Amino acid sequence: MNIVVAMKQIPDLQQIRIRNRQPVFDDVPLTIGDIDKNALEAAVNLKEGTDANIIVLSAGNEDVEDTIKEALAAGADEAFLILDDDLEDAESSQIATILAAGLKKMDDVSLILFGEGSGDNYSGQVGSRVAELMDLPQVGYVSTIEVNGNVAKVTRSLEDVEEVIEVELPAVISVMAGINEPRIPSVTQILKAGKKPKEVLELDDIEIDLGAATIETNSNLAPESDRKKIVVKSVDELVEKLTAENLIGR
Amino acid sequence: MAGVLIYSDKLNLALELITAGKAINDEVTAVAINDEELAKGLANAGVKVLSVANEAVNVADTAAVASVIKELAGGVKTVLLASNRRGKELAGRLAQKLGAGCLTDVSSFTVNGDKIECQRNALGGATVATQVIVSDKGVIAIAPKSFAPAGEGSGSIELVSLDVSSKVKVLEVKAKSADAVDIEAAEVLVVAGQGVNSQDDLTDIEALAKKLGGEVACTKPVATDKKWLSEERVVGLSGKLCKPELAVLLGVSGQVQFTVGIRDAKTIVSVNTDENASMNQLSDYVLTADLHEVVKDLNSKL
Ligand SMILES: Cc1cc2nc3c(=O)[nH]c(=O)nc-3n(C[C@H](O)[C@H](O)[C@H](O)COP(=O)(O)OP(=O)(O)OC[C@H]3O[C@@H](n4cnc5c(N)ncnc54)[C@H](O)[C@@H]3O)c2cc1C
Repeated sequence: MNIVVAMKQIPDLQQIRIRNRQPVFDDVPLTIGDIDKNALEAAVNLKEGTDANIIVLSAGNEDVEDTIKEALAAGADEAFLILDDDLEDAESSQIATILAAGLKKMDDVSLILFGEGSGDNYSGQVGSRVAELMDLPQVGYVSTIEVNGNVAKVTRSLEDVEEVIEVELPAVISVMAGINEPRIPSVTQILKAGKKPKEVLELDDIEIDLGAATIETNSNLAPESDRKKIVVKSVDELVEKLTAENLIGR
Repeated sequence: MAGVLIYSDKLNLALELITAGKAINDEVTAVAINDEELAKGLANAGVKVLSVANEAVNVADTAAVASVIKELAGGVKTVLLASNRRGKELAGRLAQKLGAGCLTDVSSFTVNGDKIECQRNALGGATVATQVIVSDKGVIAIAPKSFAPAGEGSGSIELVSLDVSSKVKVLEVKAKSADAVDIEAAEVLVVAGQGVNSQDDLTDIEALAKKLGGEVACTKPVATDKKWLSEERVVGLSGKLCKPELAVLLGVSGQVQFTVGIRDAKTIVSVNTDENASMNQLSDYVLTADLHEVVKDLNSKL
């Protein structure tokens, strides 16, 4: 049984600087989205005590080959990568098409895991699009997963209720942020990661038509912020300032 | 059908979608699935409702719901969904079925000719992107509370039957422990971050919120990892976007996914032991101190 975990390479958001309201990506290291790491951790937990094999699936530019080592160190058994510098700015619909093409090249896939949203765009479309392209059932915002033969019992956590759902496998499952504590790989695991099998394809190898872009971005700017940034030395001073602004003691 | 089709299984959100839909096109049609109450509520807001009655379609089955909406979408150009969890999950699937472009978490839009220029947070909330769907059809998921609910009107209900099969079964639906707080409506928020030592400290923090005439809110890890407070109280990208008059942040580091939810506050106070916390750059008043001491002090002085 193969468990596929789809992971997205993103810039480390904490290191993006804003200059003239524009995000600056120079020298920002690349990483994998946090929720994707939750999805991988869920796969590693499911694998325990079974002979399941975890394949990390990713599409992106050439840097992914390096970024994805983090996932191989943290428990994925192999990587399936579709890399092309044209994919750098690809949108959700295009990435979904490519991931589905990759999945169609794999055998015996029972679960395809995603995070509820990527770390950078957080739009949450790709998992749902892949489920449609593969004609598979899906459950999103999942907090627990249990596999019993050819069905999975999962909990979908909505804002007001939790749904316990039985879904036929294969299925696409998107996990909620923070459902587990992703393991931090040891040095040995990191060293071993480099030796794990990797299949690297280019766009030409999967022979798909990326299709026209469906989204245009007119602008992407940081909102203007003009905070006072007044340093107060004591609680008394804070109370005095807030009272002067009529924010307390009304 | 040239107009807009809207769907959410929650009446309050569907009513907001009607308002959003009317901003795009006068002709708004709503969908209700196995829910007569919802159909009536929507018809009372003055729109035509396509009411599907088919026990095989469970709203928990995203694939089945997407099939239903695709069937009903006919010639419409734009489908509006709610950007709650259910709606976001559906958005991608429906868009793929329709061959449509899709934007989720849209907080506002401007109609410019035949283009709908949508605003949504990007880069974890560090930026606001203006994006347009350029494909023939579009699916837009609108963030809750971005539009006022539609008022009363007289609409109609048309019953439709469709053939759909399902591969998921709902075994049980459990209510989450109810927390009726509405932090978006609060004028004052006291926000507990991970700098708070223990759940016991929340007692003093709640007392402070009360004295300030506000509510206690929190950062995400305080709710999802520590489970000290309900998810209803989370401020930020995956929580609530709040605009209080005063926000007092206690031990909050200020990562973008959080700040996006508080940046529209009128006045922000940051209490943090770290004078270089990123939150301090986005605050009006900065107090470098142990929050526990500060809370005690404030409680005795107010
Ligand atoms: C896709 C995605 C969505 C997310 N959505 C959200 C969201 O909606 N909301 C959200 O909050 N987060 C969200 N996050 C998580 C976010 O990235 C941060 O991890 C989180 O906001 C950090 O919370 P914090 O500031 O409480 O904790 P920390 O970052 O751990 O900061 C704790 C702070 O407390 C200070 N401190 C420690 N002790 C004391 C003391 N005694 N007195 C005073 N100060 C002290 C420290 O100096 C530090 O600055 C999201 C993340 C992702 C990837």
